Amino acid sequence: MTGSDGVWLYAITRDGVRAEQLAGLTGVAGEPVRAIEVGGLVAVVGSVSSSEFGEEPLQRNLENLDWLAATARAHDGVVAAVLRYGPTIPLRLATVYHDDGRVRELLAARRDEFAAALRRVTGRTEWGVKAYGDREAMSEPVAAQQPAQGAAGKGTAYLLRRRAQLAAQENIERRAAGYADEIHATLLRCAVDGRRQTVTDPVLTGKRAWMFFNGTYLVEDAERDEFAATVKTLEAEHKGVTLELSGPWPPYSFAGFEQEAP
Amino acid sequence: MSEMVPADENRRIALVDLLDRVLAGGVVISGDVVLSLDDVDMVQISLRTLISSMSALLPEPDAPGAADA
Repeated sequence: MTGSDGVWLYAITRDGVRAEQLAGLTGVAGEPVRAIEVGGLVAVVGSVSSSEFGEEPLQRNLENLDWLAATARAHDGVVAAVLRYGPTIPLRLATVYHDDGRVRELLAARRDEFAAALRRVTGRTEWGVKAYGDREAMSEPVAAQQPAQGAAGKGTAYLLRRRAQLAAQENIERRAAGYADEIHATLLRCAVDGRRQTVTDPVLTGKRAWMFFNGTYLVEDAERDEFAATVKTLEAEHKGVTLELSGPWPPYSFAGFEQEAP
Repeated sequence: MSEMVPADENRRIALVDLLDRVLAGGVVISGDVVLSLDDVDMVQISLRTLISSMSALLPEPDAPGAADA
């Protein structure tokens, strides 16, 4: 039998969350989720076995998509459940401590940072916006360049046609880049914060559509409808563009101090 | 808004969206942990590794045995 010798962190929240609210909630190992409280902050954790979640097995498991997908969904499920009871800071997947004592030390040592991060996400929600382009609809009707027939042979005609195609392609890419800048700037005005993310590899999405923009935004809950309406307006304003809104997400991308990890 | 996105693609995108966030977002705590994914490069490498097997591992939503193993 393998013991529970690791502590998986899901989220940090305020001490408003009560033990009975976590009752019945299970985590990445199917383990019951519990709370560790220190000075007004609560770490939501679960006990996991180092045979699955220790450094080496974890590295291996993270390369296994089935495992990763199930673990990501379980992690997110706990975060989302905790979020129902108040502002919540999600931990990055696979933050595993040796024991509860270390988690208590963490809460004490970084209390101010967690408190600030919690204030930052209070009353706000993360929303994702992706833009897909339809290359045909985005291309301007290009005047067909008819090479002078006769002197110019087939080869020249081919080269001219090819050059026109490449130029049209470049135009579309440039136009998409301009659209992406406009979309991001407009959405930032309706959001508390936002950032552009890497465009998802088409192989990962399996999509035929061409994604040229991937942004995520922290939006005041009171302005949620306005944000969604802005997404619709932007879509209508940009020919050949489909915008996809995703969320509500726990504030993974705006958790506060991920940039300044020691 | 999503006429372009059939359901099975949506399902994949939801997973990719989730992985983007849980692997690259969230608070990172270094030091004193068994493992913390604070190295974004490592995550990107992992994701690249996953690309090749993605289509094989993600069954069609309606296919038998599509539920999580």
